[in-house]
Amino acid sequence: MTLLHLALRSLLNRRLTVGLTVLSAACSVMLLLGVERLRTESRQSFMSTVAGTDLVVGARSDGPQLLLQAVFNIGYPTRNIGLDAYEEIAANPAVAWIIPLSVGDTHRGFRVVGTNESYLTHYQFARDRHLELESGDWFSGEDSAVLGAAVARELGYRVGQEMVVAHGAGEISFAHHEEHPFRVSGVLAATGTPVDRTVLVSLRGIDAMHAEFQGARDQTVDITDPLAVAMARAEAHDHAHDDHGEIGSGSLSALLVGLHQRGAALGLQRSINESDAEPLTAVLPGVALQELWVVVGVIERSLLLLGGFVVVVGLMGMLSNLLATLDQRRREMAILRSVGARPGQIMALLVVETSLVTAAGAVLGLGLVSAAMLFGAPILETRYGLYLEVGAPSAAELRLLVGVVLAGTIIGLIPGWRVYRHALIDGLTPRL
Amino acid sequence: MAQTDHIIELRDLLFAWKAGLPSVLDMPAFTLARGKSLLIHGPSGCGKSTLLNLFAGVLVPSSGSLRVLGRDLPQLKSAERDALRADQIGFLFQQFNLVPYLSLIDNVTLPCRFSAARRKRALSAGNSLDEVAGRLLTDLGLETDHNRPITALSVGQQQRVAAARALIGGPALVIADEPTSALDPHLRDNFVEQLFASSRAAGSTVILVSHDPELGRHFDEVMDLRDLNRAEEHP
Repeated sequence: MTLLHLALRSLLNRRLTVGLTVLSAACSVMLLLGVERLRTESRQSFMSTVAGTDLVVGARSDGPQLLLQAVFNIGYPTRNIGLDAYEEIAANPAVAWIIPLSVGDTHRGFRVVGTNESYLTHYQFARDRHLELESGDWFSGEDSAVLGAAVARELGYRVGQEMVVAHGAGEISFAHHEEHPFRVSGVLAATGTPVDRTVLVSLRGIDAMHAEFQGARDQTVDITDPLAVAMARAEAHDHAHDDHGEIGSGSLSALLVGLHQRGAALGLQRSINESDAEPLTAVLPGVALQELWVVVGVIERSLLLLGGFVVVVGLMGMLSNLLATLDQRRREMAILRSVGARPGQIMALLVVETSLVTAAGAVLGLGLVSAAMLFGAPILETRYGLYLEVGAPSAAELRLLVGVVLAGTIIGLIPGWRVYRHALIDGLTPRL
Repeated sequence: MAQTDHIIELRDLLFAWKAGLPSVLDMPAFTLARGKSLLIHGPSGCGKSTLLNLFAGVLVPSSGSLRVLGRDLPQLKSAERDALRADQIGFLFQQFNLVPYLSLIDNVTLPCRFSAARRKRALSAGNSLDEVAGRLLTDLGLETDHNRPITALSVGQQQRVAAARALIGGPALVIADEPTSALDPHLRDNFVEQLFASSRAAGSTVILVSHDPELGRHFDEVMDLRDLNRAEEHP
């Protein structure tokens, strides 16, 4: 109690230098916690994106790759799945629902995904939330589209808007499906997942678009003759409508599968992977994410290590600061000795001071991180679809904070030991 | 407290900074009776500060016996010597006596934070430590606002604050190391008189060290350390 009071008064007396030390400690703690929080929150965000899906099925490829292509809008599959495979899986009694996905087109940099109504009814994110339409309706025909929240916001589209889809990835594409424009029928509410950055159309819409594109290219039409062009187009359109199944012509990229019972996932995964009919890959999203983290983990650990080093540098600054003031404080220590302080108590005073400084730095750093998250979360969400939850510090963060304060306390032993020696040598008459 | 008539009692005391080095103190015998004030004088380098550190239990004699307030210091553990100092001995230095980050009153009551005994004795003289400290300061002639920051005090005022700190809780012994050397002669006599008056009121014996033999007229006993210390001078 006595020592705590003295340490506090002593620190307050040096509030400028102590304040700067606290600030530098806070900044390093902020960096450390920021890395940690970004790490766990991005994992959380990825996890929540695939929360409701039990299996992801695609053409034979490797698990993380399939997951990235099907769910996270990263990369395109090189091969598609046949309609037979879809029907076979759909017929399995363990399967509750299937969301078919067809990818390969973009609209001004946003991915265009062909799917059906089960996307709206079955896709889940953030554990158990379903998609909701903020305005308009789910697409009804082959020429209507539903926009993710970010697409609508960034392009300024509203319900009723017409849009042209380009073939292939990238913002600039030279193959435009201008023959088959889409009309926006609805806009989804924000989810904090890659869905926000997706344009959803019907599978038949994708087919029709490609058929027209194909048709226009296949036939040698004199494009200077409007009648010939119109006829070719009409024919191609008819061709596209030959196949009126809900699933369209069957060029699917991936399937998201939900089961009645999650426990059946492993068995179904094996039977799909071992199926002779078509080379398919089925992955459990959680497992594929774990594989992904193995790769990403190296970078995360490097960042965390870097954060740790910054903390060490901050503590070294504090140490040199403290050691520099010790000679000025020998008189003060002699006074404390004269009123009965034991050498151990004088040492403890220094250690308590460093603990208080690092603890203040840790608390301030936590505050800075929380503030940064509060302001930064909306930006990360709109820019990267990364949904961060700003909440109480996690157990891992508390461990880091305790670690920092412990490190500060241990570092305080160094000046503590010096004043202990001083106290023994100087006694009541400091040799300055 | 052990019952004894002697505040200080030493015999064949030898002190060297390290084994093998020549002794800086070599005193055959000396006693100071309870209630007698003592002036130790002598030029600098004759071992005065070392002797005070020995009395205070901060240093331990290399050989010989040293009893302070009836306790055999070399036989005590260092924590026991620290506790004895906290409970029974008040200190007053030449200058820079105050802890810069504590208030004036907190500087005076500082010993009560380290010694429950002094705290208890101080509280028997008033309702609160602050009140007791304030009264001591007034008795010592510090006629200033007790809430002033200590950095705004003159050297003379600082010494009065330090004297109040040495006396609070009525320690049996007050040791003052050159407390007046930073004061001018008029202030010096005034300060010593007030110190004596207050220490009589507190029941404390005063040992004062000074290079200035003129102070001798205030004291019951005057000792020239050169007469008692047989060790060679080591400046």
